[in-house]
Amino acid sequence: MVAYQLNEKIFSDTPDVEPTRAGFGRGLKLAGESNPNIVGLCADLTESVQMHLFANALPDRFIQVGIAEQNLVTVGAGLARAGKIPFIASYAAFSPGRNWEQIKTTTALNQMPVKIIGAHSGVTVGPDGATHQMLEDIALMRVMPNMVVICPGDSVEAEKATQAIVGVDSACYLRLAREKTPIFSTVDSPFEVGRAYVLHEGKDVTIVSTGILTPYALRAVTILKKAGIDAEVIHCPTIKPLDKATILKSLKKTGRIVTCEDAQAAGGLGGAVAELLGDEFPAPLLRIGMPDRYGESGAPLELIAHFGFDDKGIAEKTKNFVNARPQYKPGF
Amino acid sequence: MSGLTVSQLEKKANEVRRDIITMLEHAGSGHSAGPLGLADLITTLYFSIMNIDPKNPEMEDRDIFMLSNGHCVPVQYAAMAERGFFPKEELMTLRRLGSRLQGHPERTKLPGLENTSGPLGCGISQGAGYAYSLQYLDHSHRRWVYVVTGDGELDEGNIWEAAMFAGKYKLSQLIVFVDRNNIQIDGPTEAIMPLEDLHAKWQSFGWHVQEIDGHNIDSIIDAVNMAKAIENRPSVIITHTIPGKHVDFMEYDYKWHGVPPNADQAREALHELRTMRGKVRGEHE
Repeated sequence: MVAYQLNEKIFSDTPDVEPTRAGFGRGLKLAGESNPNIVGLCADLTESVQMHLFANALPDRFIQVGIAEQNLVTVGAGLARAGKIPFIASYAAFSPGRNWEQIKTTTALNQMPVKIIGAHSGVTVGPDGATHQMLEDIALMRVMPNMVVICPGDSVEAEKATQAIVGVDSACYLRLAREKTPIFSTVDSPFEVGRAYVLHEGKDVTIVSTGILTPYALRAVTILKKAGIDAEVIHCPTIKPLDKATILKSLKKTGRIVTCEDAQAAGGLGGAVAELLGDEFPAPLLRIGMPDRYGESGAPLELIAHFGFDDKGIAEKTKNFVNARPQYKPGF
Repeated sequence: MSGLTVSQLEKKANEVRRDIITMLEHAGSGHSAGPLGLADLITTLYFSIMNIDPKNPEMEDRDIFMLSNGHCVPVQYAAMAERGFFPKEELMTLRRLGSRLQGHPERTKLPGLENTSGPLGCGISQGAGYAYSLQYLDHSHRRWVYVVTGDGELDEGNIWEAAMFAGKYKLSQLIVFVDRNNIQIDGPTEAIMPLEDLHAKWQSFGWHVQEIDGHNIDSIIDAVNMAKAIENRPSVIITHTIPGKHVDFMEYDYKWHGVPPNADQAREALHELRTMRGKVRGEHE
């Protein structure tokens, strides 16, 4: 197996940082310049979700719908029926937060390849508080048939994911964040829809992470090593369809698994992995995510630490888990 | 276009009504009043107004029809079958396991459907998306998007988001019919959530507004011709209909919104339709 190419600065005190939404903005502009069927729709948050790059470059294919998320997706569905590939962008709290039924009926059940961009997800929207910290979106979108769910780990990957979903012939949900977060991948790192990637090999426990927690999970490896724990880290940007093979292969080696996401610990990546374990390989599982509560106001990175989503938090929880739960041996 | 005369269209609408009664009675569930009220409009659209080809449902230069109040789909299925999109016998599979005729329309199941609907309020915005594409992206100015929406459905916020959107972008290829039959599930629209002044509401959103008798086929054709002539504005045609039209015991009665006729009621309804309320002798009398 070819090792995943990491940005070496990820382990330094000063990693490169950028918000995932910035990668989306660049990716959409590039995709739009090469594919005339792409249209961009936004609900009064154009610069905030970084769609202004597309709108400025391709103004004839940008549609402002105002603060109307139900209209955002249903107009998108109509455009898709007319042969277009609509990217519809808002904050995740509102889309899919407010327009879930319209997404289901007019894009998923109706099989229209509308690309739903949920920006400002998770606790890193920070001081805006719980109303704007969308933590339920992964779960909401994952249960919908005909829906692909992608949560890029950094801005470099977000740029690739944005371009990759143009070619996916179904509705897709792309989850982004507002805050600058560490960049662990490089332009040469692979990204394919439906694939998870082993970023670091280990034998004592598998840490599967999605979205902006992946760089923290990676950095937790160093802390865990000092505690004598050899952790394997898998980055899982596509939550649906889940790359079961990569996760199970790792799990059969380590016998224990931790999931990490800046979202509700129920129903999201943790839920998906719990289902996989229940179906195929009942190893001990620790789900790191929001524990059935809402977020609150605070500085973005302060909240990441507060909820134990940073490298220290992930390492501490993983260490306790490894010490408490023995590795699963099949056939026992 | 099929080139039927107005009196031929009236006869065709009568056949569509009979299809509706027969299929609903056979299905044992479904909505009666709305589809009967829409029979004249939908028949006129499918047999006179729209540029469509039942043998080539994805024809490139076709007009688009989207039913927003998906529960009225029996009238659309009946008109499609009469027009030749699929065999009439298939109407008897309505709402059955494995049928292409789902209880609410699903585009992916049946060629000729342009949208999936049922949950109310999303038809106009989908039509607006399509019309936007025709007007601004494809520069295809000889195609039209027709949307039928219920009146109770106008309670939905999504409707008015779409009204604002279509008004802003002056979507002149979008023609919406509001099925103004004054009933919704819990009772009269004006008691449940008043809609009037409906004319002024649409006008204030930048739409060209007409009001017609939805059972007068000449009026339907004239209104569409007028709507097509209007530039720089989307068109709404407030289509006044009588729920349960042409079946005496169903007319005006909101209790028929969501139920089918039983065997005896279906027999009575079909007799009434065949004889045009006693004006002619039924074929089987």
